[in-house]
Amino acid sequence: MEKRITLPLTEELAKTLNAGDSVLLTGTIYTSRDAGHKRMCEALARGEELPFDPTDATIYYVGPTPAKPGQVIGSAGPTTSGRMDAYAPTMMSVGARGMIGKGARLPEVVEAMKKHSGVYFGAIGGAGALLAKCIKKCELIAYEDLGAEALRKLYVEDMPLVVIIDSEGNNLYETGRAEYLAKQNKRGL
Amino acid sequence: MREIEVSRITDVVERLCIEANNHLPGDVKCAIERCRACEDGEIAKGVLDNIIENYNIADRENVPICQDTGMACVFLEIGQDVHFVGGDLRLAVDEGVRRGYDKGYLRKSVVGDPVRRGNTGDNTPAMLYTEIVPGDQVKITVGPKGFGSENMSAIRMFKPSAGLQGIKDFILETVENAGPNPCPPMVIGVGIGGTFDKAALLAKKAIMRPLDTHHPDPFYAELEDEMLEKVNALGIGPQGFGGKTTAIGLNIETLPTHIAGMPCAININCHVTRHKTEVL
Repeated sequence: MEKRITLPLTEELAKTLNAGDSVLLTGTIYTSRDAGHKRMCEALARGEELPFDPTDATIYYVGPTPAKPGQVIGSAGPTTSGRMDAYAPTMMSVGARGMIGKGARLPEVVEAMKKHSGVYFGAIGGAGALLAKCIKKCELIAYEDLGAEALRKLYVEDMPLVVIIDSEGNNLYETGRAEYLAKQNKRGL
Repeated sequence: MREIEVSRITDVVERLCIEANNHLPGDVKCAIERCRACEDGEIAKGVLDNIIENYNIADRENVPICQDTGMACVFLEIGQDVHFVGGDLRLAVDEGVRRGYDKGYLRKSVVGDPVRRGNTGDNTPAMLYTEIVPGDQVKITVGPKGFGSENMSAIRMFKPSAGLQGIKDFILETVENAGPNPCPPMVIGVGIGGTFDKAALLAKKAIMRPLDTHHPDPFYAELEDEMLEKVNALGIGPQGFGGKTTAIGLNIETLPTHIAGMPCAININCHVTRHKTEVL
């Protein structure tokens, strides 16, 4: 069953989400990946403000293809989140609670999620054409020189996601696979 | 001697970059659909349904299947009786990539220096491989390669004493390490033999081979089937959420090697295993 949720991702909302939940997410999110995260964390280290208010914000790890004429955005599926592990605890420490991506996270990211009630959502890797359909508005807000890696503000409607790691540190990558293998064992396969 | 204008290579590369990125090959679609029919977990079925819907949208609307439109790997099989005229062949290939990635609204994902970075802005240079073959034709294949999966690839220089078991363990270990990162279900290319560099190229060629084909040697053909089954018994499943479908295909390519060695390279690809070929 799918849960419909609307951003911002307050602490209260984050705590209602459990690893393995399918959600349809609506609201404003921000895009950033390798180079954007590096710049944001450098800005924070210098005591500067981020290009957006990170409070209860959700960041989508994505570098979209250019929009064709008439499109809001090009194909826009998730990139591998592990490359942002070096920056994610810093981003959560200033309030950015939600992350959308794909792939495994380091233990220190999970620890930071438990501390700050963070939620890690998975979007389907390689489903960029499908995910673009949920993006209704796209506005470039900073780091334009980074091209696909520039910071964008998106408005999404019913974006299909799965909670991979919840605010208590439960991890679908571990439980989903274990459940499948246990079921296979029971069948004697 | 047959003369071919290099501008014709540019035109073909341009077209293939766009077509490969927007339309998944039929054998890959078939493999995904066959796996969908066998899955029984709700999350796994849902993921595969979305993957199928995604490539159908890409087909219908002529948009990239995935936002990582890759590095353009270009393979040219050049007949030895061909003479290229009208310019530099390498520049002609790069021009095709430049035009294809611009006109096709594809993402420019190449940095000009591996350490100092800096996007080249036009997805060039292509990763170009040339091979001289008999005849007077040119076979051009473009295989855009995404790096979520490329990053999970591995190579090992085995001692011959490691034997077949060493290779089997290495395949499973590499897939296990890859886990959810390369957007499973994956396509796995295994290159065995040759030299350090040739093994890696064999692995890359293996992911480009249609998934409904086998290695011509029955020994390796059986190994392909056996290892695909073992990979899928790991239970990683679509997107790593658990399930039967961790890989939709596993191809092996081999070459003779040295008495002292047994190189083995594994190139991991995602379910968006793209390639398109044209012959001039």
